[in-house]
Amino acid sequence: MHQANAGPASLLLTRRNLLLGAGATAALSGLAPRPAGAAVQLDVTQGNIQPVPIALPDFVGGSAPDGEVARNVTQIITANLRRSGLFAPIDPAAYIEKIGNIDAVPRFADWRTINAQALVTGRITRQTDGRLKTEFRLWDVFSAQQLTGQQYFTISDNWRRIAHIISDAIYERLTGDKGYFDSRVVFVDETGPKERRIKRLAIMDQDGANVRYLTRGDDLVLTPRFSPSTQEITYMSFGQREPRVLLLNIETGQREAVGNFPNMSFSPRFSPDGQRVIMSLQQGSNSNIYVMDLRSKQTTRLTDTAAIDTAPSYSPDGSSICFESDRGGSQQIYVTSANGGAAKRISFGEGSYSTPVWSPRGDAIAFTKQVKGGFAIGIMKPDGSGERILTEGFHNEGPTFAPNGRVLMFFRDPGGNAGPSLFTIDITGRNEQRVPTPGFASDPAWSPILT
Amino acid sequence: MLSLTRIVRSAGLAATLIAALAVSACANKPADDSMASAGAAAPGSQQDFVVNVGDRVFFESDSSELTPQSRATLEKQAQWLGLYRTYAFTVEGHADERGTREYNIALGARRAQAVRDYLAARGVEANRMRTVSYGKERPVAVCNDISCWSQNRRSVTVLGATS
Repeated sequence: MHQANAGPASLLLTRRNLLLGAGATAALSGLAPRPAGAAVQLDVTQGNIQPVPIALPDFVGGSAPDGEVARNVTQIITANLRRSGLFAPIDPAAYIEKIGNIDAVPRFADWRTINAQALVTGRITRQTDGRLKTEFRLWDVFSAQQLTGQQYFTISDNWRRIAHIISDAIYERLTGDKGYFDSRVVFVDETGPKERRIKRLAIMDQDGANVRYLTRGDDLVLTPRFSPSTQEITYMSFGQREPRVLLLNIETGQREAVGNFPNMSFSPRFSPDGQRVIMSLQQGSNSNIYVMDLRSKQTTRLTDTAAIDTAPSYSPDGSSICFESDRGGSQQIYVTSANGGAAKRISFGEGSYSTPVWSPRGDAIAFTKQVKGGFAIGIMKPDGSGERILTEGFHNEGPTFAPNGRVLMFFRDPGGNAGPSLFTIDITGRNEQRVPTPGFASDPAWSPILT
Repeated sequence: MLSLTRIVRSAGLAATLIAALAVSACANKPADDSMASAGAAAPGSQQDFVVNVGDRVFFESDSSELTPQSRATLEKQAQWLGLYRTYAFTVEGHADERGTREYNIALGARRAQAVRDYLAARGVEANRMRTVSYGKERPVAVCNDISCWSQNRRSVTVLGATS
């Protein structure tokens, strides 16, 4: 049997800077080497997925006081995988084998008996310097094979992030797609009566934990969007002067205006390289799309129509933008070069289309669609073909993609005196889930993966 | 409402005073305004403007076109603002909730601009006017049907400090 500590070769392969203080990962070498080719593998491209039964016994505490954080980490991983809709965690009450030592090969027959296809074991051990060492192994129960194993060192405050990183590793190994659990969401927290609603920028982990408020509610704030570095947010704010686009550093709290324009600026979004902010500037009755280079402060006009052009979003390679315009009489989605020029309409279904947002995978654009008084969330290919509606009703709005492009978050406001909530849905249209927030919440924007 | 609209249409823009008075008396009271009687408002006061002139006009769904009724109200606003020239003011544009956020911000701006253009054409000085859009962020009526939506699609002329 191999030792759990990784050799230099595997260390080189998997080491990455986790931005977790003194973070590092290393692969845990397999305990029971087998021929390659796992039996458990999800095909996530299919619309109708049978969730993979997976067993996640509590991680073992390296010493007695580590038991609590070990259990908490296990619960977060379990919740992440369950919420994805691709996994069906098995009730721990059914477990036959009790995992006490993760360096021993599990009794696979016991896990087969309860129909587990995958098994995750792990251990958390506090180091003498206070850091946490977290190890996990992912097993294919039927082939009796270790699929992956990693160890992480981190300051103890980061135990939640370790749980998300492990969730991503499991998701990636079993689906072949990147995970999205180690990410955050910025959104607008809403309190108070609808006529005088107080709106604050808030940020949280993608699972709703660690909510932090970024503004105090004195000024009305709308449409926050992450920078690719995840350290900055651009948003619209109603202050004492014209409503305008601001930039907020979420670490330092430093705030600055994106340009100084005579009229309203709104609907901002970062370019994929983080060097520019694209937004709408209002002039008289019209709103057009401009881009500002954040270093040179140079502003370039991208659209020039007697219409409302807004909600711009870059393709992930930065070469194109999609946006909405009512230049043809109703709101529709258009695509143009990132340098401007002729725009091509891509939405042609019934009703009107707005808030287009380009998938980080580049292969889809999500939107809000208004038809017959309803507000649906849908996706289409960037050429406008293959339109699919994912969820309908009154009143869904403002989709944002998870970093892997497989899940959308949006808000739903039933209207009247009620308020909006956040939901996620798979791009296949399955697995709609409400995202827990402390109060009413709207305008979500999903960050890239944090690491 | 319908018959009033017809009256305003037939009267034409040049002779709207009577129709406009009728409109302001029944239709253009702000939904959440205090019910102070018209007689209590001192001429030239902010209350006089809100109660006797009408501080807001309403729009059709997804439109910034001024209806005959709106024009009648704005005609009165322009006359009043011409009498009391010390007021600077802000034209607020608003949308109902049946639109997406960014578009409604732009639509509110379009509505405020339509009012501003009308007042300017009636001789109100441009340097007294400012416009702002609140999109769907500041409804005055909250419910889930047309009675509320129609009140929220509005432009409000908000008098500021006298200069």
